[in-house]
Amino acid sequence: MRITCPCCGERDYGEFAIYGDASRQRPHMDDTDFETWYNYVYTRPNPKGRHLEFWHHVQGCRQWLVVERDTVTHEVYGVALARDVVTLPDAPKAKRKGAK
Amino acid sequence: MTHYSWFSVFSKALSGNKGWDRAWRDPEPKAAYDVIIVGGGGHGLATAYYLAKEHGITNVAVLEKGWLGGGNTGRNTTIIRSNYMIDGNTHFYEKSLQLWEGLSKDLNYNAMVSHRQIYNLFHSPSQKEAFAKRYNIMRSCGIDGEILDRNEVMKELPYLDYSPNARFPVYGAAKQPRAGTARHDAVAWGYARGADMRGVDLIQNCEVTGFQRDASGAVVGVETTRGAIKAKKVGIAVAGHTTQVAEMAGLSLPIESHLLQAFVSEPYKPLIDTVITFGAGHFYISQSDKGGLVFGGDLDGYNSFAQRGNFHLIDHLLPEGKAMIPCLSRLRFQRTWGGIMDMTMDGSPIICKSPVEGLYINGGWCYGGFKATPGSGWCFAHTIANDRPHEFNAKLTLDRFRRGYAIDEKGAGPMPGWH
Ligand SMILES: Cc1cc2nc3c(=O)[nH]c(=O)nc-3n(C[C@H](O)[C@H](O)[C@H](O)COP(=O)(O)OP(=O)(O)OC[C@H]3O[C@@H](n4cnc5c(N)ncnc54)[C@H](O)[C@@H]3O)c2cc1C
Ligand SMILES: [Zn+2]
Repeated sequence: MRITCPCCGERDYGEFAIYGDASRQRPHMDDTDFETWYNYVYTRPNPKGRHLEFWHHVQGCRQWLVVERDTVTHEVYGVALARDVVTLPDAPKAKRKGAK
Repeated sequence: MTHYSWFSVFSKALSGNKGWDRAWRDPEPKAAYDVIIVGGGGHGLATAYYLAKEHGITNVAVLEKGWLGGGNTGRNTTIIRSNYMIDGNTHFYEKSLQLWEGLSKDLNYNAMVSHRQIYNLFHSPSQKEAFAKRYNIMRSCGIDGEILDRNEVMKELPYLDYSPNARFPVYGAAKQPRAGTARHDAVAWGYARGADMRGVDLIQNCEVTGFQRDASGAVVGVETTRGAIKAKKVGIAVAGHTTQVAEMAGLSLPIESHLLQAFVSEPYKPLIDTVITFGAGHFYISQSDKGGLVFGGDLDGYNSFAQRGNFHLIDHLLPEGKAMIPCLSRLRFQRTWGGIMDMTMDGSPIICKSPVEGLYINGGWCYGGFKATPGSGWCFAHTIANDRPHEFNAKLTLDRFRRGYAIDEKGAGPMPGWH
């Protein structure tokens, strides 16, 4: 399996550590709905096919990535920097340099 | 059906081994059954066997999409043990080990159960404390277990690395004397034959593709590649595909499917007469009766339905083996393979009624469900027959996550790949 890191290019997957499912969004910390938190903590889509997941390029640029990968063929369809695609409902809006 | 005995083996041998009948029938599916079990692995077959034997429910079919025992039952490294610490697991796995003890006789089929012991090595005083806690809990529940110091381990396992260069010096080991191995295929075949003899229909090449529901939403049958079949109750025991099958009934489970590899070397002379696990990493080894050294370790780590592993795990595993037993460096691989594990959010299994009426779930076996085969079938049959769990599986429920009663032996949290 090879993952094309947006920073480092195509690298062997052994340089990366997986963190798991990236399809769910963490609820707002003020959200007190039981089902919302239960689903966030305990249920996963577990698809047989395309799966969104976090990988960490530990032995490279150390960036967190969101990878779309096939769980049957292990083909990688797309890789993005996590900070570009993940939004947290209660995160302070930090402006990165160059970001509009 | 021939009763297997010294006499039958001897007399059939004299007649050129011509007169053996087939071990089970190959029936066409009927239109309706009292109970349908989806999945003809060890767990599904054991469930059917105990439904018939313990509860007198014989109008049962086991539907298997491939061939009997062709899933994880036929792919695993066959270690059986009952060294679990957390309430909910401890007594369940011990019940299973007790069933293993009489299994060959009960089934009239040689499951080749071998109580060759397990040694869990530890490499530091703190690791010893953790094992002592676990083994003390077991002993207080009447389960056998011992803690050995380094000198005792040196006597019993002389081929480990005790040299001053050892990367992770052996500090001692926890040992369960009644643990061991069994012959995986024979377990599936023995349960299959036992169930068939009691009237259960074993239907192969029959994939379940959907559930039939009545107006109230209850499951009243299944759709299969060989037509629709009615059933009063349906139990699923499909290992790595639990979420896929449950999804057909609209259930979303706290399970992810992951990949586990196993390895076998060329056959060698007898070297390892027990099961040994490495404490400074994840590596375990035993030797099959044919001489092949059988070993494995961690999950590959990522979600997978591929039944095929990656090289990194091998690269990671083999040095661990060599750090533990230096002479392994001369081994030559024969085969490697992979299986799909249904990893739960706490690393413990699920045997219970599902929230859908008429549907029962047996799954979440992670990488440790072979040892559970007899106990799982026994408890699942009880649950299906009586519509309530036995005390041995009362805590292995689906709603334990919702209620905050996760059974997390490793303390890894809701990260299926980490258990
Ligand atoms: C490499 C490896 C090593 C292991 N080592 C050990 C070990 O040392 N000790 C231990 O205790 N456990 C071990 N395990 C785990 C153990 O193998 C499993 O937990 C156990 O065998 C599961 O049994 P089962 O009957 O539930 O599943 P399986 O044997 O996988 O049976 C499930 C069956 O369901 C069928 N099925 C799936 N979907 C459908 C459908 N829609 N319709 C009809 N049929 C369907 C499949 O074809 C399959 O035959 C290991 C597993 C692997 C892969
Ligand atoms: Zn990178």
